[in-house]
Formats: sequence, C-alpha cells, structure tokens
Amino acid sequence: MSVIDQISVKVSAVRQVAPMIKEFSLEAIDAELVPFSPGAHVVVTMAGAENEPTYRNAYSLMSNPQDNSQYRIAVRLQEDSRGGSLFMHHQIAVGDQLMISPPANLFAPEWMAKKHVLFAGGVGITPFLSYLPELQQRESEFELHYMFRSKQTGAYSDELSETLDKNCNNYDADKGSRCDIAAVMAEQPLGTHFYVCGPQSLIDSVRATADEMGIPASAVHWEEFAGAKPGQPFVVELSRSGIELAVASDSSLLETLEGADIEIPNLCRAGVCGQCVCKVAEGEVEHRDSYLSEPEKQSGQVMMPCVSRAAGERLVLDI
Amino acid sequence: MRVAPKEIQSFRDDFTYSNSAEAIERFPFPFAEDEYRYSVNMEPHLPKGGEGSAYEHFLDIDEHYLSEMAEREKVLEEMPHRCLAMPHMDLACWDMIERIMVSLSEDYPDYFSLIRNGDHWSWENKLLNIKDQFTFGDSSSLPLPPLDYIGRQMQGDFALLDQREGDLFLDAGMITCPADWSLAFDAGMSFKEWHGPVPMAHGEGIFERALKYLIAIPVGKPVRRLNWTLTVNARMDTSPEKYHEWGHERTTVTPENVGGKVYLRVELQVLDRMPRSNAMMFSIRTYLLSLEDLVTNKEWAVRMHRALKTLPEPLINYKGLTRFHGTVVDYLSQFDPVN
Ligand code: HEM
Ligand code: FES
Repeated sequence: MSVIDQISVKVSAVRQVAPMIKEFSLEAIDAELVPFSPGAHVVVTMAGAENEPTYRNAYSLMSNPQDNSQYRIAVRLQEDSRGGSLFMHHQIAVGDQLMISPPANLFAPEWMAKKHVLFAGGVGITPFLSYLPELQQRESEFELHYMFRSKQTGAYSDELSETLDKNCNNYDADKGSRCDIAAVMAEQPLGTHFYVCGPQSLIDSVRATADEMGIPASAVHWEEFAGAKPGQPFVVELSRSGIELAVASDSSLLETLEGADIEIPNLCRAGVCGQCVCKVAEGEVEHRDSYLSEPEKQSGQVMMPCVSRAAGERLVLDI
Repeated sequence: MRVAPKEIQSFRDDFTYSNSAEAIERFPFPFAEDEYRYSVNMEPHLPKGGEGSAYEHFLDIDEHYLSEMAEREKVLEEMPHRCLAMPHMDLACWDMIERIMVSLSEDYPDYFSLIRNGDHWSWENKLLNIKDQFTFGDSSSLPLPPLDYIGRQMQGDFALLDQREGDLFLDAGMITCPADWSLAFDAGMSFKEWHGPVPMAHGEGIFERALKYLIAIPVGKPVRRLNWTLTVNARMDTSPEKYHEWGHERTTVTPENVGGKVYLRVELQVLDRMPRSNAMMFSIRTYLLSLEDLVTNKEWAVRMHRALKTLPEPLINYKGLTRFHGTVVDYLSQFDPVN
C-alpha cells in the first residue's frame, strides 16, 4: 500500500573528507531508494553487537536529489558524543549493512525567496550540498558562507569554491579567517531567505542578528543536527504497564524506550518535528526541545523524549 | 471479494447512481462514537479491513470508477478551471503521476500497467482504454498537462499543497466533486486561510495541531482521515460554482422521500508526502450512500441517529443541513431502540 518502512542499505564507499569527517555512500539492498527533496534527512539505525546499545541518529542527505542510485551522508566524529558518531567512524566499513528511515524534510529551501543566503558551520555543510544542484538548475540567486576549522572539518571546501566561484565564501578559523555575519546579512536585498546549519552558537548568532535587523523570523531557517545531549541519569515509570526503566546519562529517554521495545513515532530525534510527544503523569521535566510552546512546557503535561529529560530522579509517563 | 467497475451511472439529472450490496458493506462509515465533534482525527494510512475494504490500497478503485470518470469529464468540459496547477507545482505534479501510476499498477494489475525504462514510461489504463508513452518529467510528452492527465483517470478529487514558511498552500488541484468549496476561490491560500469558514475548530486549536503534524509527514508514511456531510440526491458536483443547480434541492426532503433522497457523503482523505518537490498530495475520495441503504446495517443506523441528534448547531449550519436535519433525525430514530 505504498507505505515505506525502514530501508536496508549497504555501505558502498567510505571516504575521509576532512580530519574529523567521514562520508558514507549508501545503496539499497532489495528495493529502490526513493527520490528526495533538497534538505531532507534520514535516521540511521546502528545496531551494535549483542549487549551493545543501538544508536539512531539523523543525518542530512548530501547527494544530488536527482540521483536515486545512492544516498550519501557525512558524519563528524564527536569524541564526547553518546556513541553514534564513534560507531559510524570506528565500526562501519564498506559492505556493512545499516537500516535507514525514509527521507523526511524539515529544512527545505523556500523557492519563492528572491535570494538564498546559506550559512554552514563545519559538518553543517551537508544539507546545503543537496540544495546546490537545484539552486543552480533553477538559476536562483544564492551565496554560501562556509565556516570551518581545517584541522577538523572543512570537507569539500576546495571543490565548492572552484565550482561555485564567487557564490562561495570559505572561512577557515584555523587560518584566522572569520565570517562577519552581520555584514553579510546587512547587504542582502529584501526578500532574501537565510538558512543556517551548524553548531548552536552559529544558529543563535544568525537568529539574533536577524532579530536586530528586523528581518522577519519567517525568513530565517535553521537545522539543528546536534540531537540529544547527555544529562543526569533518571528512572522512568510507564503508568499503563507499570514498567520501570533506567535512563543512563548518555542515553536519551526515547532511546531507552526503544531499547525496551516500546515504539514511539519519531522523525527528527532533535526536538523539532513533534512526532514523539508523550504525556507526563508525574515528575518535573527539563524541556530541551523547540517544538512545544511555552505554555505547553509549563503545563508539565507533555514532553519530547527524543531530547528532553527528567529534571529530578524520577518521571512517570502516561504510556 | 473485490467489486469490478460497473456500467456508467449518473450523478445528475436522472441520478441513476446506486450501490451494490458489496459497495454498501465496504462503505467507510465515519462515526466511531455516538457523538461527533471535530478533532485531529488522523491515523497512518495502513491497510485495514482485509481484502476488498476501502482501506485495502493506497488509492481505492471501486464499482463507480467509470461513472465518476464520466462525471468528471462533463464537469471539466463545462468548467476547465476545476483543474489548476500553478507553474511552480510542475515537479509536484510529476511526483503525483509517479505515486499514482506506481501504486495503481501494483495494486490493480488487471486494470493498470506501468512499464518504466529509465525516463521512458509506458502507461496503460485498460478501464478507460488509454495507452500512452511519455518521458517522465517532460510535460510536453503527455497529451494533457500532467495533473489534468492523471486526474481524469483517478476516482476522487486531488489537491497538491506547496509546503513553505512552515505552512501549506493550495497551489494545484483537480476538484470536480467538492462538498461545497471552490478551488478557484481557495487557490493560493494557506492552511488556516482555506479552513477559515469552518466553525469551532479554530478556537480549539485543531488546525494548529493538524498543521504541525502535516508539515512533518515524511515520504512513504501517508496518513488518512474521514470527513462527512449529507447531500441531497446522489450529486457528486456540489460546488459553489453550481450552487444554483443543487442548493434548492435541500428544500425537497420530506418524511416520505428522505430515505432515498438523502445521502451520507464521506470523504476518505489521504495525505502523502511527494518525494522530489516536498509537496503534499491530498486525495479526497468521495463515497455516497443513501440513508435507505445505510440503515440495512443496524449498528450504523443507531450510531448515525445519535451522532446527528447531538450534532452542535454551528456544525449543522456550516454543513448546510439546517433545512432537513430534523427530518433525517426523525427518520433514523425509528432504528434506535433507545427511542
Ligand atoms: C492539507 C490538506 C487539506 C485540505 C486541502 C483541506 C481542505 C479543506 C476545505 C477546502 C474545506 C472546506 C472549507 C470551506 O468551508 O470552505 C475543509 C474543511 C474542513 N477541514 Fe480540511 N483540508 C485539509 C486537511 C485537513 C486536516 C488535516 C484536517 C484535520 C483536522 C482538516 C479538517 C477540516 C474540517 C474539520 C473541516 C470542516 C468539514 C465539515 O464539517 O464538513 N482538514 N478542508
Ligand atoms: S522525534 Fe522529532 S520532536 Fe522528538
């Protein structure tokens, strides 16, 4: 009935594209890959060996959307992360199998925009790589501002400046080059849309600058690729089944529930899409998502388990 | 068992439209409870009800296929603007062609076939004797514009929503059997704008939550919901453009003719993400069942009696039932043992 569940894929190539970034090419094993739109991501499931945790991380598709012979993703090694990127970097090699979700898009270009200004930080370049073929095909006006540290990131910066010429500006902080975000934004014509993908600090500074300049919030788009961050361990009780689970400091609540075979709908795993919402029966929540409204957060009745955690030692969910 | 498309019946003038026993049995009855209120009533569009059910396939083809396609031809001949696609929706139209042709040929191989050789596609619709070859993505290789071409081969209305600014915009569609709304009027509107006339739901935050949910629907995870109203006579085209032809029929319902004259009109709506364009396809598959046929199912009769009896006034008025709501409730009450 035209419903796509998880897609099994095989790693067909692995490339080190920057000191801390590996690129993975994925090919479908038994079905065709579906076409996708610029800005789309997939959730990769990394099933560890027995007794090892299973990780699920969202990664932007960076290949050309017109090409459905393969998908490509890039993964930055996060030494202090909860394991997903370590797993991809150290355990995954050509020929290995992974499961991915069908593509979802929470970061599509606004094609009606007069001009597109893209701010990428480090591995945040990836969603923009899937924008570029279509921006060029549509002959849209755009500028890419790419900030990185060449000792760690900076993948594709040479190719990009070669093919995009003056539409691409590279800023290598390790060589002392910095982007004056306010100056870039001040120069843009009315009707420009701004896109940010990168660390939280970059997103915050573009949004704050836009705010100061009176650029409408609807013209600023960002994608957080960070996902869940570690926190204090706590215990979660599920009121309907009476099950109790321990959430370790480096696991998200969603991952813990999934580990106990409790299925919760989810898409972004970053507190943006709203799919994973759960009812809270008891306990204080540390809300870390950007989906719930302030009144909803204050009500204490709902939470997003993909990123949010208990504020205390115990939480009771109405599931 | 599946019902095969039958000979052409009419949805106007002499109204020869009728439902077979199988069609009655598979009718997507919309009332899950004794009270009907607006809600964010969406669920994953997964098969339900087994072989022959209206929820068996992604798109439902039933015994009325030929009749509905003939009716659509008549509407479009008189009013070609019932099909509209803004230029920026071209890619979305091709996404839709792919989704429909692939699913129809997989789900109904006896009626439809698709052979894909790279971009070179061969499509056959045996029910309508259509056989075409075209280049995928090249609108000039089709005999009609893409949406017009595929819409004339698919039961039910279609809208294509462009997703931008965290909202959906009604920028394309083929709407020949609407429940009293106009594509020409709503074209270009946002989700909240085109839902403007709906009573009660805005204040309850229903559209806000529904929109957030829709925005995040990924490729390959369609969802469905049901909507319903009552229609006098088996008329598919109850559009504002044709109001002068059907509006007055609401005054013709009497206690004697109500069972055969009033139809429960159910829309099985499916929302599906288009992969290349990130647009949303909204299909509105309309089913009509006379009250006479409906009450052959005792549970339905009771349920519908209670749901209609407790329907809030603003909904009665908005759905256009004011003139004959009482007559319908009286008719149904004879099947409800509580009365
Ligand atoms: C995105 C695709 C959708 C489209 C194109 C669409 C379109 C429409 C239109 C044109 C109307 C008639 C409004 C009028 O009176 O002029 C309507 C009514 C309505 N829509 Fe939607 N709709 C969509 C999705 C939804 C969803 C997801 C919900 C879920 C809550 C919803 C709930 C309603 C309700 C409750 C009504 C009133 C229906 C009645 O009482 O007869 N719609 N819709
Ligand atoms: S999975 Fe998207 S908000 Fe939790």
